[in-house]
Amino acid sequence: MYDIIIIGAGPAGMTAAIYARRASKSVLVLEALSYGGQIINTPDIENYPAAAHISGFEFATKVYEQAAALGAEFVFEKAVDIIDGGSEKTVVTTDNSYTCKAVIIATGSRNRRLGLPNEDELIGRGVSYCATCDGAFFRGKTVAVVGGGNTALEDALYLCDLAAKVYLIHRRDAFRGDEKTVSALKARETAEIIYNSTVTALLADKRLTGIEVTDKDGGVRTIETDGLFVAVGRVPENAGFAKLIKLDEAGYIAAGEDCLTNVPGIYAAGDGRAKNVRQLVTAAADGAVSAEAAVRYISEL
Amino acid sequence: MNVIEVTKANFEAEVLKSDKPVIADFNADWCGPCQMLKPVIEELAAERTDVKFVSVNVDEQNELAYEYNVSSIPCLIVFRGGKEAGRSVGMKPKSEIVKLI
Ligand SMILES: Cc1cc2nc3c(=O)[nH]c(=O)nc-3n(C[C@H](O)[C@H](O)[C@H](O)COP(=O)(O)OP(=O)(O)OC[C@H]3O[C@@H](n4cnc5c(N)ncnc54)[C@H](O)[C@@H]3O)c2cc1C
Repeated sequence: MYDIIIIGAGPAGMTAAIYARRASKSVLVLEALSYGGQIINTPDIENYPAAAHISGFEFATKVYEQAAALGAEFVFEKAVDIIDGGSEKTVVTTDNSYTCKAVIIATGSRNRRLGLPNEDELIGRGVSYCATCDGAFFRGKTVAVVGGGNTALEDALYLCDLAAKVYLIHRRDAFRGDEKTVSALKARETAEIIYNSTVTALLADKRLTGIEVTDKDGGVRTIETDGLFVAVGRVPENAGFAKLIKLDEAGYIAAGEDCLTNVPGIYAAGDGRAKNVRQLVTAAADGAVSAEAAVRYISEL
Repeated sequence: MNVIEVTKANFEAEVLKSDKPVIADFNADWCGPCQMLKPVIEELAAERTDVKFVSVNVDEQNELAYEYNVSSIPCLIVFRGGKEAGRSVGMKPKSEIVKLI
């Protein structure tokens, strides 16, 4: 039996592992994909204290090495369920099950999909969720961005430097995002903003060839495009634990800055928790807070 | 066995005409998830002598990327008898890649 099982090896989970190991607790970190979480997608982090510039990959690798050197065990399996037996809890993965005294859920979030039928099969064949990752494949081509928040605006602006034509499809008639980005985009000749519209179908022949766009009056038009960048927000990854753990309406774990969930001995850390600022530094902070709470819980068992 | 770097010039010989199934890892130096996947591919290449593992740098081989409709990396494409027999986009754990084979 482990003292603490941490689900998710993103910045929150790995920071929790560092704190828990330094408090001499045995730690198992379960990770579905690879250590690092979302941040491995970004080439440059500029807002983490003491690191003016660092790539997401380097950041993730440093935190991983720090946690592993302290003796945290990492197993690459996806957690699918938590069974609460009071002082003994079981975490079930796709391949095994493990017991522990306390659990920290640090499963973060993932990109929201549009929910169109052939969307999954077109990922990497024209459909993307990350402009800075995949923009380079569309040099001199036509692309569309769907979304209305800051990410969508910044993605569109970024793509204007690469693509020959950039459509931005927004379901409202105005942007609520950063005014400066909106006017910068409007000033670009290659950018065309389509308001009051949603993407209702993906057209493809081995790869994406176009999109069907429907406006609020029901008018449908087809736009030929090589790429579609989906920037319609992020969603938490907590559905699997909803039986046991209380979530808010948006699916985030209902836990405050103290990281306490409705179940004693189970804690929530990072982007998957209800909070206002979803960044590395707040994920790391949650890692520390949740690990301290778990250590205290174990000492009182 | 090592992971062979392939280009447009040797793609046909190394991949399409290979006797063994091939897993082609389309990647780039600037891509974080690709750097994560690399050691996993190298580990598999050392373990699995029944499969050939090759690497395609999309910055240098953009024609190959275009030809195989690769628009997100990392992208693993399985080739059997010169034909695409499966693919996987994004970072995947080793167990998922084994399933591709
Ligand atoms: C492109 C991009 C750029 C960004 N740039 C910055 C920046 O410059 N500065 C900044 O401060 N923040 C930035 N962020 C935000 C930052 O990455 C997040 O706030 C942070 O990664 C949250 O950490 P986390 O550990 O809570 O979650 P995540 O990073 O989402 O990690 C969660 C981990 O849990 C794993 N997981 C999920 N479900 C399960 C399961 N059931 N079982 C096992 N494992 C599971 C996932 O695979 C993942 O590895 C950026 C985000 C993106 C996408």
